[in-house]
Amino acid sequence: MNRNVLIAIAGLIAVVLALSIWSSRQDTEVASSDKYKVGFIYIGPPGDHGWNYQHDVGRKAVEEAYGDKVETVFQENVPESADAERVMSQMALAGTDMIFATSFGYMDPVINVAKKFPGVKFEHATGYKTADNVSTYSARFYEGRSVVGHVAGKMTRTNIVGYVASFPIPEVVRGINSAYLAAKKANPYVKFKIIWIFTWYDPAKEADAAKTLISQGADVVLQHVDSSAIMSVAEEKGVYAFGQASDMSAFGPNAHLTAIINGWAPYYVEKVKQGMEGTWKGNQQVFDGIGAGMVIIGDLNDNIPDSVKKEAMAIKDGIASGTLHPFTGPINKQDGSPWLKNGETADVGTLLGMNFYVEGIEGDIPK
Amino acid sequence: MIQLIPRENVSPVLSLLGPLFSIGFTMLIGGILFYFLGVDPFAAIKMIFWDPLMSETFSTYSIPQIFIKGAPLILIALGLSVGFKANIWNIGAEGQYIMGAIFGASFALSLYPLESAFIFPLMVFIGIAGGCLWSLIPAILKIRFNVNEILVSLMLVYVAEQILALASLGFLRNPDGAGFPGSRNLSQYPSASNSELILGTGIHLGVVLSLFMIVFFYILFFRHSLGFKIKLLGSSPKAYSFSGQNPNKLIFICLTLSGGLAGLAGIMEVAGPAGQINIDFNVGYGFTAIIVAFLGRLNPIGILFAGLVMALTYVGGELTQFMLNLPAAAIQLFQGMLLFFLLSFDLFVYYKIRLRGN
Amino acid sequence: MDLLEINFAVLVASLIVASTPLVLAALGELVVEKSGVLNLGVEGMMIIGAVSGFIVGVETGSAYIGMIAAAIAGALLSLLFAFIVLIMQANQVASGLALTIFGLGLAALMGHPYTGIKSPQIQTISIPFLSDLPIIGQMFFQHDLIVYLSLIAVFGVWYFLSRMRLGLVLRAVGEDHDVAHSLGYRVISIRFLAITFGGAMAGVGGGYLSLVRVPQWTEGMTAGAGWIALALVVFSGWRPGRLLIGAYIFGGITILQLNLQAIGVNINIAILSMAPYLATILALVLISSSGLHGTRGAPGCLGKSFVKTV
Repeated sequence: MNRNVLIAIAGLIAVVLALSIWSSRQDTEVASSDKYKVGFIYIGPPGDHGWNYQHDVGRKAVEEAYGDKVETVFQENVPESADAERVMSQMALAGTDMIFATSFGYMDPVINVAKKFPGVKFEHATGYKTADNVSTYSARFYEGRSVVGHVAGKMTRTNIVGYVASFPIPEVVRGINSAYLAAKKANPYVKFKIIWIFTWYDPAKEADAAKTLISQGADVVLQHVDSSAIMSVAEEKGVYAFGQASDMSAFGPNAHLTAIINGWAPYYVEKVKQGMEGTWKGNQQVFDGIGAGMVIIGDLNDNIPDSVKKEAMAIKDGIASGTLHPFTGPINKQDGSPWLKNGETADVGTLLGMNFYVEGIEGDIPK
Repeated sequence: MIQLIPRENVSPVLSLLGPLFSIGFTMLIGGILFYFLGVDPFAAIKMIFWDPLMSETFSTYSIPQIFIKGAPLILIALGLSVGFKANIWNIGAEGQYIMGAIFGASFALSLYPLESAFIFPLMVFIGIAGGCLWSLIPAILKIRFNVNEILVSLMLVYVAEQILALASLGFLRNPDGAGFPGSRNLSQYPSASNSELILGTGIHLGVVLSLFMIVFFYILFFRHSLGFKIKLLGSSPKAYSFSGQNPNKLIFICLTLSGGLAGLAGIMEVAGPAGQINIDFNVGYGFTAIIVAFLGRLNPIGILFAGLVMALTYVGGELTQFMLNLPAAAIQLFQGMLLFFLLSFDLFVYYKIRLRGN
Repeated sequence: MDLLEINFAVLVASLIVASTPLVLAALGELVVEKSGVLNLGVEGMMIIGAVSGFIVGVETGSAYIGMIAAAIAGALLSLLFAFIVLIMQANQVASGLALTIFGLGLAALMGHPYTGIKSPQIQTISIPFLSDLPIIGQMFFQHDLIVYLSLIAVFGVWYFLSRMRLGLVLRAVGEDHDVAHSLGYRVISIRFLAITFGGAMAGVGGGYLSLVRVPQWTEGMTAGAGWIALALVVFSGWRPGRLLIGAYIFGGITILQLNLQAIGVNINIAILSMAPYLATILALVLISSSGLHGTRGAPGCLGKSFVKTV
């Protein structure tokens, strides 16, 4: 190749670079605007129609609520590692006033970045470490699972309910227990079959797990994993399932009985308002459920008989108003030892650290 | 017909122009892509390549971050380059990286909360040993049974990933972690923490070691007889054997060296920036480092630059995502393109191209 | 626990479905590797196949047209790889890895408007008489067309490699490209064809994921299937028949452990998931130590660039 050609190319690169620097030199001076800037980091793509999607719905609600007064930015697919710390630091440098870190594994990175940027407010989902500029929030998803469990107990004909679970952590165990207790009350013959797949998001594996449960007689499948694959399988096999985190009825118009929808929007809108008004506080740990609108029960499918719909609504309303607690004694642990006395309700500490099945569930929690 | 004639002397002008040409081409095509995604291409390209280095807002933070992100890539790529020169193909550095982290972290966490000045050096040593051990398996199988090391080392990545899952859910799970997967945070355990050396920058021992290793490998390659032997084995295995040398010894050295460095990168990362063993602790450094090794043309100085450019596209890419709303996928595509061009244009560096009539 | 709760007919049928993407992608890679090229970009080609197949399937309303599109898309992406490693002489390992990065990015971009959509259905074809057999019928003869085609492809690749002249040439090229070149075979052209075939097969494998097995498009949905396909080729010792068995073992372990869990057996999943890879290493040792190089072992020129110097 001719040397002149190469020099020409090198020149071209220089020109491109110079042009880009010139054309956008104002862009670098960020954050001087008076808009309130809110950042979000997501563990996966917002297009997952599950966990991340709902956080993004919350972000859009913030934009809608405050229009020109706020600016939101987000970053998807942020691994729970050193990368999270860097992304949040860069967001803080870019003049972000408040950052929502929406996955458990961002906990230590949030604490580290919060130390470096005391002026930035951090909201961390599902964690337990706080600081003067870090608060945490989580939802009582188990309340939703109680409603769903009831519907599952009523709708199963084979009396076998399948459950595709992710990791054996308290959050997931709590959900299984809550759903089981409600299902058992609705249908004393019900039996749960549980499969742990050790991932939050692997559509093919989730689909396989659902198919396995269905082949072993389950005609209602619950899930605590993120993708909508199980709904697609349920529709194809003619069984029932429930939307996880988002409404998933698009994937299974007949199969989709209802959904437990993560309602982050009111919380995000409120927190951003507090941030703008200067009333936001750190060291808070919010743990809200149906009552506060953080857990939403989706539309009930017309396949559900009216009587069951009414019962489900009654449970939902009872939980919302506080007259009903999904974990109300008498409840024994799996080994038969007593856990809650008659009329006693579970305390938050036990719920947050829950590492046992309640009586009646078969199998062991993997270690 | 097109004919390729290997160049006898690689011209330094061409070696520099190749990468520049690739970057320019990527900018051009990437810019068109960004334009169609509704993002100002000039702003995006500037933000990827220029802002992390030069912007007042970001550069003081970003420049050290580029070195931090680049350090594991450089460490692993240096180790791999030795083997690649000798035609020994360890592509399982990802597994060795994981095992280094698990070995070192297991040692340190088994002593928690004991404080002692010996823990950190021992932990690093055991981390390196863990990486070596994982690369010794393909080495021994290659020497003893002549099993293809490419395939064994790759298979061992999958095994290491499963061990990682076992560790973070089981034997290393943080007893005070509310039952969530993941180990205790090593950076919060003073005796094991790979803490920052220059306050406020995040620069840790691994970054310093990565720069030190570049010098070490430069001397090894160009001033030491081992470097000559490696080249000889790579270019002509028969001549190597005829000269009375035992290729097995070199296979052993190459694989141990690359495994050890991957292990070092792993323990530095887990005790420093990452902090804890977790299910997705590995983010593909071991595989990316293979690309870095080739982009750097298996030369220590080249690897330094390749590692830093790679890190720059990550750091700048993140910036572009949240500043300009560019999807993460577009950045990934941009990186893929850059790699293709960089790998392809090396042709002009190594070969003369001649057109001739049939 | 009660083993009788497991429906073995369904278990076998679903492990066949779960393994089909692996069979397809690995079969393609087998031919590529037999020609002496190591393409580590299977994951990238699969996901491009998955997204293209889904898009075309949705737009045309036909899953079959979607599958064809998946093959074309996989082949197109592999041509990029072929150009870089065969013409531009770039290193195969590094280029394959770059191909995966490129493919994952491109697929996510392309698929963005297509998340949350249902795919058209593929009909199950019950083979007359055979599908009515008890148990066996449900296991093997009530599948979709692609499953049957994948079995035919296994036979086809075996026949091609072991019985056809062109297959022999392909193997010769993979074994020693310099000798093959001096015998007058066109090394580059043959490798081009092999890589394209590999890309098309990986594409179909991906399309099967998004159109049949899951069936929907979600970002990153291959979730490492391409890497398992690579392992599978090695496990098979580059023999199509053994590849099929291997795929059913790899897929079968997953399905079996799901079934065991559902009946309440507590098993260590990590250790079980390790087993196929350890078995692969063992198989490699056995192949190599039994001295079956050439016809049955790793192709001699696997991963090496060919430069025409004369």
